[in-house]
Amino acid sequence: MSTHKITTQQVNFKVFRFNADEDYLPYYENYDMEVTSEEVVLDILNRIKWDHDGSFSYRRSCRHGICGACAIKVNGRSTLACKESMNDMIKLFGNELTIEPLSKKRAIKDMIIDKADFWEKHDAVTPYLVADIDENPESENLISPEDAEKLDEADLCIQCGACHYACPAVEINEDFFGPAAFAAAYRFSADVRDNAASRLVDVNEEKQGVWDCVKCFECAEACPKEINPIGKITKLHQMAFQEGIAKNNVAVRHAVGFEKSIKKNGILDEGGLVLYSEGPAIVKHIPVAFRMFIKGKIVPPWGLTKSENLDEIQKLVKSSSTAKF
Amino acid sequence: MEKLKYALFTGCTAKQSTPEQMMSTMAVADKLGIELIELTEASCCGASHLQDYDDFLSVVLNARNIAYAEKHGLTMVTICNTCQLNSAMTKHRLDNDAELKARVNEKLAEVGLEYKGTSNVTHFLYAIIDDFGLDKLKEMVVTPLSQFNIAPFYGCHNIRPSELQNETHNSKENPYNPTSLDDLIIACGGKTVDYEQKNKCCGFHVELQAPHTAAVLTGNAIAGAMDGNADWMVTPCPLCHLKLDTQTAHASEAIGRDVELPVLHMQQMVGLALGCTPAELGLNHHLAKVDFV
Ligand code: SF4
Ligand code: SF4
Ligand code: SF4
Ligand code: FES
Repeated sequence: MSTHKITTQQVNFKVFRFNADEDYLPYYENYDMEVTSEEVVLDILNRIKWDHDGSFSYRRSCRHGICGACAIKVNGRSTLACKESMNDMIKLFGNELTIEPLSKKRAIKDMIIDKADFWEKHDAVTPYLVADIDENPESENLISPEDAEKLDEADLCIQCGACHYACPAVEINEDFFGPAAFAAAYRFSADVRDNAASRLVDVNEEKQGVWDCVKCFECAEACPKEINPIGKITKLHQMAFQEGIAKNNVAVRHAVGFEKSIKKNGILDEGGLVLYSEGPAIVKHIPVAFRMFIKGKIVPPWGLTKSENLDEIQKLVKSSSTAKF
Repeated sequence: MEKLKYALFTGCTAKQSTPEQMMSTMAVADKLGIELIELTEASCCGASHLQDYDDFLSVVLNARNIAYAEKHGLTMVTICNTCQLNSAMTKHRLDNDAELKARVNEKLAEVGLEYKGTSNVTHFLYAIIDDFGLDKLKEMVVTPLSQFNIAPFYGCHNIRPSELQNETHNSKENPYNPTSLDDLIIACGGKTVDYEQKNKCCGFHVELQAPHTAAVLTGNAIAGAMDGNADWMVTPCPLCHLKLDTQTAHASEAIGRDVELPVLHMQQMVGLALGCTPAELGLNHHLAKVDFV
């Protein structure tokens, strides 16, 4: 029988502390603790509360990675406290660990944040099935395994908020729905039983919609359930074309423009793409473009070196195209 | 050591808005004795936008690019983070999905090509670190950059999603605390600047559709480097470079503070340390002042 050896290590924790009712500014408290290789991050939070300061506050409920309540950040990395092994954290970041809430600016008390914006945005995407289903059905309303596959695990989301509060677009544009809401929008729009037409239209709106995602992959990195929210955003983009609701706006033309440019030259004609995407609004780029031109950073269309074997590329664009705009 | 040899996927930017990146890549490869065979047949990778419109076409085109590297029997080296992401993502999907690979190869067969999965795809930064070696680079430095505080800007598409990225190189990168570019700065004799935005996004990909978001991200990044006392910034991604170098006016306006720093391509930094001249590295092609050399 193999014996499992428990090891211990000394770790310094720098812990975010704040009480919105009393403190003007947050501060950090240091705790030096002996950590065993068996512990998870939540054990540390518990020990801070039980052994050091009974007022220390955090959320937790299920302790099984199911409820999503315990999400916090360790050294800037989102994590479910109840699931994350201390050993892995030490391996990743060493023996100085900073514990913070998911969003410092939304902190109410220590690790507890106000998640209102998260829930409002989640609410806004109609996060449920809209279907004409008999209230007293004879049998269950099942879908085939193939159709269930189409959800691409978006249904595993536990609404922990880790992706949402890691998203830079959420931080800058308060209207932006954010990765979790989009993942939910995808989850229901991809369900064959659903027929809520307005959901897809809403997530394609310019103010809050999917086209403002900056493609940073912070959400994919942050999600403890490996849902890959940006992958769902990509699928929502594709759905917009499939359903014929993609608007003729700068974001949509920017995506479509790549195909046009590749078909023509193989490599991208940068100026041509901006012109196609912006239309007459291209004038606003003239001052910077002029400065770039002076510095030899703009190649005119006639100076562009096309890809070699361009005929191959053109043939493939023709035979492999699956989308229409 | 046997001479290192790669198939170079230049991407489109190096051929247009960042000519200095092409020049410095070649100059540095020459100094290091690395042979780069340019994939002149390659098409645009779709820059992480084409797949929003047509995913299958994006996979086919990227598979075609990699197939050309395979024909040379060489690892494909990228010099743009976004090219790296799209190529590596395509490779990952094809190598893990036989059905998709068969569908893609059916198309490629029409033009006499086949994707086999025999070539790795890696960014030049990691080729230098993993294959060439920083110790060896250090020995070749003739002009150590010791008087400079240099702020590394990693760029999203080299470090995230980390699971995918770490498949493509040996030196494992922690996206919350990346070190490769810092190590390269140190190997060139420079001092690294630690700042909050070094692993954050520059906003390039929404420049047209969400200009405010894009400008704030750019502004925050340069401001963070300035507050960290940086003399200049360095990046492995020509798109990050374009954003940080050419969009300072919008960025300054968006964050209400004048921001500007010289932003060098990592190849230009290495080139300076190896004794290349500013002209060889195309330092005259920058918008932000490069007045430290
Ligand atoms: S990839 Fe898009 S949705 Fe995900 S964190 Fe970045 S901006 Fe937000
Ligand atoms: S997508 Fe992932 S990170 Fe985002 S709320 Fe759901 S489980 Fe949490
Ligand atoms: S940092 Fe900017 S250019 Fe670089 S990969 Fe991210 S968004 Fe793209
Ligand atoms: S306590 Fe429920 S997920 Fe951690």
